[in-house]
Amino acid sequence: MEYSEKVMDHFMNPRNVGEIEGASGIGTVGNAKCGDIMRVFLQIGEDGVIQDAKFKTFGCGAAVATSSMATELVKGKSIQEALEITNKTVMEALDGLPPVKIHCSCLAEEALHAALWDYAQKNSITIEGLTPPKEVHHDGNE
Amino acid sequence: MQKHNLYLDNAATTPLHPDALAAMMPFLTERYGNPSGIYDYARETKKSVDEARRQIAAGINAKPEEIFFTCGGTEADNWAIKGAAEARWDKARHIITSAIEHHAVLHTCQYLEKRGYSVTYLPVDENGTVSPESVEKAIRPDTALVSVMLANNEVGTVEPVSAIGEITRKHGVLLHTDAVQAAGHIPIDVEALNADLLTVSAHKFYGPKGVGALYIKKGVRIAQFMHGGAQENNRRAGTENVAGIVGMGKAFSIAAQELPGEYARVSALRDRLISGIEATIPHAKLNGHRHDRLPGNVNFSFAFIEGESLLLLLDMQGCRASSGSACSSGSLDPSHVLMAMGIPHEKAHGSIRFTLGRHNTGADVDALLEILPPMIARLREMSPLYEDFITGKGQVWNTAKK
Repeated sequence: MEYSEKVMDHFMNPRNVGEIEGASGIGTVGNAKCGDIMRVFLQIGEDGVIQDAKFKTFGCGAAVATSSMATELVKGKSIQEALEITNKTVMEALDGLPPVKIHCSCLAEEALHAALWDYAQKNSITIEGLTPPKEVHHDGNE
Repeated sequence: MQKHNLYLDNAATTPLHPDALAAMMPFLTERYGNPSGIYDYARETKKSVDEARRQIAAGINAKPEEIFFTCGGTEADNWAIKGAAEARWDKARHIITSAIEHHAVLHTCQYLEKRGYSVTYLPVDENGTVSPESVEKAIRPDTALVSVMLANNEVGTVEPVSAIGEITRKHGVLLHTDAVQAAGHIPIDVEALNADLLTVSAHKFYGPKGVGALYIKKGVRIAQFMHGGAQENNRRAGTENVAGIVGMGKAFSIAAQELPGEYARVSALRDRLISGIEATIPHAKLNGHRHDRLPGNVNFSFAFIEGESLLLLLDMQGCRASSGSACSSGSLDPSHVLMAMGIPHEKAHGSIRFTLGRHNTGADVDALLEILPPMIARLREMSPLYEDFITGKGQVWNTAKK
């Protein structure tokens, strides 16, 4: 199994690590049982543009790299544009992932969606095309 | 950043001893005779194979005619278990093994289950130790074989095989032990262990890859595994890997000779690394038995982080180690050994194994102790589990319910 140079770059020098104080939306997905947990923080302006994105991730190299790339891609996007970021977008931006790591890119997409869902809940708005996130299982119970 | 050159994965494999290489070279060049022949070229290779047989036998207190060369530890495990089971099919179709065996044993037992045998997988305690009492309780009138490893490859726990052997002898059941991790590193005496079958592999004790041996106690009947020619006293067919066998014999005799000194030296390095990690890294837990442990094995779980990401950081600084994390193995389940020890998933995902060998020095331990804490801190810094712990929303170890 080998990672692309882009994946290694985003793992060794992850962009947007951290948290946003008073974030507009926070989404946590994954579970420790599978070995990956991602938490995405989004700062969304009144114009509906994503001004900032940060993340914290417990997981392998691919999990860190996909979190880093997903937060990079989402910055400056409108909510609708953000919804168009899929696991495939993230994967392509990283020059691909080993097959066994594709689920990490799915997790990145889910984390973005979960943060947007949280934003919508907090502001009592409906975002077209956004479904509620799957429940998080910190304790490994499924 | 200073790049190191640290090899701390000696349980995966070891570098070939230069003297073993030197012993092998003639058999890769001018001494190519097939030992089965009758002429001078054949006689000299046959003699060298038999010399290696004596070297292996001497190192485990066996007789040379009880040593059979194979293409490695996996073949020897397969042969021992399938061969013992098959030879007893008429009377006894039950096998006892442990949940923490190497896959060469576990997958062989699973194969036999599909062929009509029944297998008991004994649990282990939190240290990874199999209790001899549990072996005795599991023995049935139709038990053919008990297979318990001498030392575990992941957590380094040394199993009470000698006590297990007393029980198998009492009940007239065969005992196989996979000594792949132990051979060359801790003293082995097949008589004291009460072992009937014992597996060793050359590349774990500075011999070449692709060669191993099975000890079969005199008088113990097991079915043939490799069919063909009359090599190995008609019990293991196939032209001998002469160079490999010679290299294995040489490496093992060196290991046996150096064992007392190396055992003390490497154990001291191990303990220094363990106490160093415990002193500098909070929320780190040693996996495996603290004392009944292979001299070179250090296995830790670091809370809030995942093993593969730590391996990558270590690799970037020239440090080679391994992990029980699922992500490093290509499957989604963490190590079966750590799971059998009752270690929760996320702790298993955050496990790292460092295995020391004859080339490692105190400077290596110091170098690792210098680079490791900041790496752990860095990964924790970006871990949501650590954030939850700091903010009081999570625990050090979330306990996975089974």
